[in-house]
Amino acid sequence: MTAATTPVFEVRDLTVDFDTSEGSFRAVDAVSFAVHAGQTLGLVGESGAGKSVSVKAALRLLDEPPARITGGEALLDGADLLEMTSRQLRRIRGRDIGLVLQDPLTSLHPSLRIGDQIAEAIHLHDTKISRRAARARAVELLDLVGIPQAHRRWRDHPHEWSGGMRQRAVIAIAIANGPKLLVADEPTTALDVTIQAQVLGVLREIQEATGTAMILITHDLGVIAELADVVTVLHDARVVESGPAIEVFRAPKLPYTASLLARRSAIARRGPDPVAREREVVLDVEDLVTHLPSRGGGRGAVVHAVDGLSFSLRAGETLGLVGESGCGKSTLARSVVRLLQPTSGSITFEGQDITTVAGADLRAVHARLRIVFQDPFASLNPRRTVGDIVAEPLRIQGRHRNGVRERVAELFELVGLDHDLLVRYPHQLSGGQRQRVGIARALALEPRVLVLDEPVSSLDVPIQAQVLELLGRLQRELGLAYLFVSHDLGVVRQLSHRLAVMYLGKIVEIGPAATVCDRPAHPYTRALLSAVPIDDPSERDSKRRIILVGEPPDPTRPPTGCRFSTRCWLAFDRCRTEEPELEVVDGRSCACHLVVDASSTAATALEL
Amino acid sequence: MSATADEIGAPGLVGRKVTAKGRWLRAVVRRPSGAVGAALVAVVAVAGAVGPEVVARDPLAVDGPSLASPSWTYPMGTDALGRDLLSGVLHGLRTSVLVALAVALAVIAIGMVVGMVAGYRTGRVDDIAMRATEFVQVIPRFFLAIVVVALFGAGIDRLVIVLGLTSWPLLARVIRAEVLSLREREFVDAARADGASSARIIVRELLPNVMPSTVVTVGLIAAQVMLIEASLSFLGLGDPNVISLGYLASQGQQLLRVAWWASIFPGLAIVVAVLGLNLLGDGITDALGGRR
Repeated sequence: MTAATTPVFEVRDLTVDFDTSEGSFRAVDAVSFAVHAGQTLGLVGESGAGKSVSVKAALRLLDEPPARITGGEALLDGADLLEMTSRQLRRIRGRDIGLVLQDPLTSLHPSLRIGDQIAEAIHLHDTKISRRAARARAVELLDLVGIPQAHRRWRDHPHEWSGGMRQRAVIAIAIANGPKLLVADEPTTALDVTIQAQVLGVLREIQEATGTAMILITHDLGVIAELADVVTVLHDARVVESGPAIEVFRAPKLPYTASLLARRSAIARRGPDPVAREREVVLDVEDLVTHLPSRGGGRGAVVHAVDGLSFSLRAGETLGLVGESGCGKSTLARSVVRLLQPTSGSITFEGQDITTVAGADLRAVHARLRIVFQDPFASLNPRRTVGDIVAEPLRIQGRHRNGVRERVAELFELVGLDHDLLVRYPHQLSGGQRQRVGIARALALEPRVLVLDEPVSSLDVPIQAQVLELLGRLQRELGLAYLFVSHDLGVVRQLSHRLAVMYLGKIVEIGPAATVCDRPAHPYTRALLSAVPIDDPSERDSKRRIILVGEPPDPTRPPTGCRFSTRCWLAFDRCRTEEPELEVVDGRSCACHLVVDASSTAATALEL
Repeated sequence: MSATADEIGAPGLVGRKVTAKGRWLRAVVRRPSGAVGAALVAVVAVAGAVGPEVVARDPLAVDGPSLASPSWTYPMGTDALGRDLLSGVLHGLRTSVLVALAVALAVIAIGMVVGMVAGYRTGRVDDIAMRATEFVQVIPRFFLAIVVVALFGAGIDRLVIVLGLTSWPLLARVIRAEVLSLREREFVDAARADGASSARIIVRELLPNVMPSTVVTVGLIAAQVMLIEASLSFLGLGDPNVISLGYLASQGQQLLRVAWWASIFPGLAIVVAVLGLNLLGDGITDALGGRR
């Protein structure tokens, strides 16, 4: 890229105000950025920093009012979009500018065939093209974005496709007319890591093939590190830093960027202090099975959500449980605290079998074995004050009868919440404050074990770090044991002493966190670790990448043999017929024929 | 929201402390439909509650000239027998409000229980409750009321019983639908994980969340009930001992050419009451639209 070329798209001093009933506020404040052909610009910032708004305003996609563009220009090949009539804009959108939005389900039409939707996008800007030709082009595009058997599957409707495939279809529509500019707004945020790795790969390939300019909007620095050539960091509606990605990551000029980057690596790298091995087992799960009735799977069809897994948890210890969506980790979390009734197996808590306890006994268990939910907004009753919500378990269990108020105040202090917030309603709190309320509620009855079901995945990265810090401190102070369920390896790693990797209802690998992360044995664990976006763009070419093909199979009909065999690049005949058991290999347990065989051969070799 | 920082102990996103109810009311009144609806409903309620005592004239007493047009003495004029229409309309409104209130109470009592239990229990209980609801729903309310009046004679008490026993299905269905979605929300799981019993979850977690749609639905049902009561009286099937807006309107209707006031004012009173309840319902629905 030479300095002489003019940018494909350039935004200069864009300022956008929003008029609300509480007065107007500035959502974008003199923001400028530019992107050249064949280049990827990463726009990073926390939620509310103005990254989406600035791009949408520049493309004139915001509703005006309430939005008001008060200044600046947005030049696409020298023509100012802000000066254009809506007719001119329509001609440009979809032809010169392709848009990929976060949620692939809502950006596709639910009742039209996918191929027709792509063909329509072509037809809109090239009315002379024949139906047949447009359709042929649609199939070609689906092929290009990596849809297997595109010539057959173009007839499918969006609901028949998984999230990753839908996002590919959206990308196909966006590039249908060979746009000069491709805008991807959080394109992989709704996807699992292994699928995210696939979709990022597709974006990279498409850009290499077409030489289009791309704007990538994301909160995830890892995604930026993977794809972006230049980075613009937004904070509080302003550009705080911009420059080539490698330089920004290596030597951020501003403290804000530095702190953003530092928090990220802090989450990814540090583990907790070790706990003594001889602590007593507080929770022991033996061969747990939970089958859920399947929706639309026909009569008697069940989802094999949790399909026979065992683990134990010692006092003061954290067991991290990682897996992609649909692997059954949330079902497991809910089964353990008996919100779901397990189909078979046993759960022993503090020496008592709680698999089938009911009534007052179950209530007693619920006091000591608590759960913190993923979405702190959904898990707080919107019509009650947060003080009231935290007091509820105390009232239900009849504790602190005379001092409920004092106990609640004490809990608020423990989780770092101001007493002023006691009388607020959940929607008046920020995300991090809400999750602190959720934790306070869980702590109200002095529990031994907390089941944390994705406790930070709905929060921004800096807030995640704060909440994880709080959880770590509480564990040390109160001697709590955590079962930490998450899809995010980096987050789990920070708190976990031991780590279990789940795939389709089973644990495929379990062992000390450091061992599993640094020397993963199971092919799935290796793929999962490799799919985690890199920390630094300079690692981009050096990192060996395993990109899994396809998607997890249907959990109503798990494959025979090893469940991972349908996606495993190492699978051989035995994997498809015989299910591997968890066996101890190299300091951890792993369920894989290949790994177990290799280690026993090595062991035999050593003995000889 | 432009809030990005989440510093510990930072004040919440709303500066002033406003109670939930205060905020709610203000949101309703800020909308034109909500404001007008609330005003009309307030007028009707006050008129029905204290109107007859303020204008202390017997609505059945002949105390003026026949068919006097509206004047300071008789603001709404008089009917063919010289009876004061204002006092008639106020008593009529009281009847309407009383019938609507009594039926609303019955509807809340039955509809809420059926809807809550059906939605929360699901499965077999839900099936039975919903079939029962459908059974009641297909009964034509108006004709049943006519049949009851024909068999047992006219009377407010009978009317309330018949309408009360047949008007709840709409509420039951609305509440069931709400509960079906609410019970999947995580805060219900959270309450179960606190060790809460089903009764406690229904009363403390679900009830507050179905209140707004209950208020709206009951308001609409009350408006329908007022119309049915007026219609029955209009057809001469009302209680002859009780003044009703429908009765007044039907009397005046025969004199429409000579004395417009005799039918217009009772008719307007019905319109105001029914329109007010409907507008208020719309206003509440709109006000809730923003936050769920």
